[in-house]
Amino acid sequence: MSDYYLFHDSAKCIGCMSCEVHCKENKRLPPGPRLCRIETIGPKWVGNIPKVDFVFMPCYHCDRPWCVAACPTGAMQKRTGDGIVFVDHNLCVGCKACMRACPWGAPQWDPEKGKAVKCDYCLDRVDQGLEPACVAKCVTKCLHFGKPEEVVDARRMRHARAMAAMATEVTLRQPVNGPKAKPMKPKRKQAQDPVEGS
Amino acid sequence: MRKDIYSICFMCTVRCPIKVTVEDGAVKWVEGNPHQLKGALCAKGSAGTALLNDTERLRYPMIREGARGEGKWKRVSWDQALDYAAQKLKAAVDHYGPQTVAFGERQNLNTHLSKTFMRALGSPNHFTHDALCKGSVNTAFRTLTGYTDAEVAVDWVNTKHVILYGRNLFESLELKPIQALLEAKDKGARITYIDIRSTITASHADRFWMIRPGTDLALNYALIHVILRDNLYDEEYVNRWVTGLTELRAFVEPYTPEWAEEETGIPAGEIVALAREVGGEKPQVIFHYGYRGASHLDEIYFRRSLVILNALMGSIESKGGLIIKKGPKDAGFGSFGKLVDQKDLPKPKGERFDGAGGSRFPIADPAHGVAAMLPLAILNEDPYPLKALIIHRFDPMLSIPDYNQNKKALDKLDLILTIDINFSETAWYSDVILPESIYLERSDSIQMAAGPKPALYMRRQCIPPRYDTKPFWEIIRELARRLDLGRFFPYDSIEDIWDLQLKDMGVSIKDFEAKGFVSLAKNPILWDRKEGLKFKTPSGKIEFVSSLMEQNGFLSFLPYKSVTPPPEGEFRLTVGRSAVHTHVSTQNNPYLNELLPENVLWLNTEEASRLGIADGQYVEVHSDHGFGRLKALVTDFIHPEAVFMLHGFGRQVPATTRCYGKGASDTALQENVSDVIGGSPGLHETFVRVRPAS
Repeated sequence: MSDYYLFHDSAKCIGCMSCEVHCKENKRLPPGPRLCRIETIGPKWVGNIPKVDFVFMPCYHCDRPWCVAACPTGAMQKRTGDGIVFVDHNLCVGCKACMRACPWGAPQWDPEKGKAVKCDYCLDRVDQGLEPACVAKCVTKCLHFGKPEEVVDARRMRHARAMAAMATEVTLRQPVNGPKAKPMKPKRKQAQDPVEGS
Repeated sequence: MRKDIYSICFMCTVRCPIKVTVEDGAVKWVEGNPHQLKGALCAKGSAGTALLNDTERLRYPMIREGARGEGKWKRVSWDQALDYAAQKLKAAVDHYGPQTVAFGERQNLNTHLSKTFMRALGSPNHFTHDALCKGSVNTAFRTLTGYTDAEVAVDWVNTKHVILYGRNLFESLELKPIQALLEAKDKGARITYIDIRSTITASHADRFWMIRPGTDLALNYALIHVILRDNLYDEEYVNRWVTGLTELRAFVEPYTPEWAEEETGIPAGEIVALAREVGGEKPQVIFHYGYRGASHLDEIYFRRSLVILNALMGSIESKGGLIIKKGPKDAGFGSFGKLVDQKDLPKPKGERFDGAGGSRFPIADPAHGVAAMLPLAILNEDPYPLKALIIHRFDPMLSIPDYNQNKKALDKLDLILTIDINFSETAWYSDVILPESIYLERSDSIQMAAGPKPALYMRRQCIPPRYDTKPFWEIIRELARRLDLGRFFPYDSIEDIWDLQLKDMGVSIKDFEAKGFVSLAKNPILWDRKEGLKFKTPSGKIEFVSSLMEQNGFLSFLPYKSVTPPPEGEFRLTVGRSAVHTHVSTQNNPYLNELLPENVLWLNTEEASRLGIADGQYVEVHSDHGFGRLKALVTDFIHPEAVFMLHGFGRQVPATTRCYGKGASDTALQENVSDVIGGSPGLHETFVRVRPAS
């Protein structure tokens, strides 16, 4: 891991894929490489709700990155100081060794440059004290970036607030006498006899 | 040189405020206005730079050579293109009369200029895309409250419960409402989501009902039945502000939850549970009124039932409910100027081509018209022939149902003039193309954003135009000058227009610099719910029995007619939107196309196996009006009576190479039928046959 922590609060994510475009726009990448990806899982029934889960897949900036180990020219580097893994494009010769080595598909191919590109937490922005593009412009603010101790545990905070809201609700809301929830199975309604129906 | 410029996004119609960073004359960064959106921006917003640099957008004025749609163009100068267009327009006006010219656009900040142009020309036929989206919502709101839906805001952040009917808020997204609703959810608000298929909004909901397609009205009649039967409504509010409760009570008597269960497939007990729940949460309850419900021929009655539900909850002009928008005058400011308010500008006269406000749609809103009537008016020359069509940032060919019929209709015109930024299907089919600069390259008229807290926003030019394009305010003025109507366009620059807009307001252009907008009120302006509500109906109240409807010969309450299920082997075609595309305008954007290059056909698993269709396989879809070929998405999460596809694909313009021929177009399949009162197209009225592609 790097010194930084990129936390994705998947319960608040709406899978709008804007992070992917924010990233590409900031890096001015052509169609093709996607440095972070939103993977959609589901839907599957959870109670009566067709739940969709999202997994945010940037680079994980491993402790001992295989991409760095595989790189023959030293272009792929782990930055001393904060541990961010990045590509030095002056050294990259486009051999794709890093792409084959990474189990997560983090290094991607830039067909215009003929070189590998990857998530570097938007180094240029981080060095100016800014958040990575994906985090800065996230629609629902479900992405959080910083040193671990700086990143508020968004999910825990939300849960606490929800519990607090519920506690007040229990006393306020009338008991609901509806039936126990069970998943609905939609049935196709039979078409009427055309003569009768017309 | 690096500088930040506040502006307004225009990748879709929502008008999110943005901050653009420009360095050495190039756009380096675009983010949501931090004072309003915490910097957030959607995928479309960020893809604005890809649009800016796209070599496939319209780059210079063109006149058609060869046949319509053949794709042979001659690059011309602006003077040549404008002269040619003006001469053709003049010919139509001189030979056939000004009413034979129609102007269609997507409502935008410069709509007051195009309305001025049409009124100066003497034609009543300015129309917008609105009716294709929500014409019946507009009409329904006016029949009940006297206000249009556009004059009503939703107080998402303070709500306790929001009920969405196919309003797929998290995919067909607007930034401010999403952020506000998620904040409300953090505070314990609940979401009930009703749709014929599962969506991401359903995934975030607390209750999801997969309703039988087309039966939303039955559900609402049953909800109203329970709310009145069990006295769950806001009695004080209803007694003071509503007329026609007795009639409504008698009307919903037969529509029990058990009856609705049979029609909608939603268990009666659950309908009762929702009614009781919202009864305990009123008035902070929102029955959301648009945009995607059952799109049928009795659409207006469904929309009316939604407004009625809000009225019963007492949620109209309530915190956490719907709030009637306030303008500058309510905030103690002067009036906001529009070019269309010039004293000597002729008033629109004569029957409109679409019959809005006239014989065909007496109570539909003539400020927008009924766009779906365009092909029918042209083909049938009813009420009179149309000769010339000006289209601005709108694609009637791919927005109005029945693509083939649209094409046939456009063929009959003497002139199709398109002002756009991309090759739409209509642009490809036109005679003259005048390319507009994109939103990052131009300034526009100031936006008056009415609301609980009214504010002014400004779209400012960030960089000079990349190609030989012009802003709309300049194009329309040049066209007007060539038709000897220049006196109605008394401006030389955008600053002149801003001055005209702000003249009586007591706000100056400098006031926009700090945050990109000018807030006209510190706190939300809410009228007193006991005595201060100002409904614009004849009675001054919410009219369940509507004088507007009854006086024009329409029933206030429509007895429910059972929805016909599709015959064996056929499905009801339903359509919708995604988070990464805007209607029919972004499918060729390099970044957005990469995320979602084509649409697929959602098909219920059991039905698919009966038809021998596997997930991911290509299928052919046929209707009585057209044909489409696309991949199948076989899933349990769609109602077996329906199939679903995203709108805006199946494009047939070779010049837009990225989206050309990908997926299928819903408009190629749909029949062009509209709600007879409000004018919304019955987008979900078409049955299709599906089979594996050969």
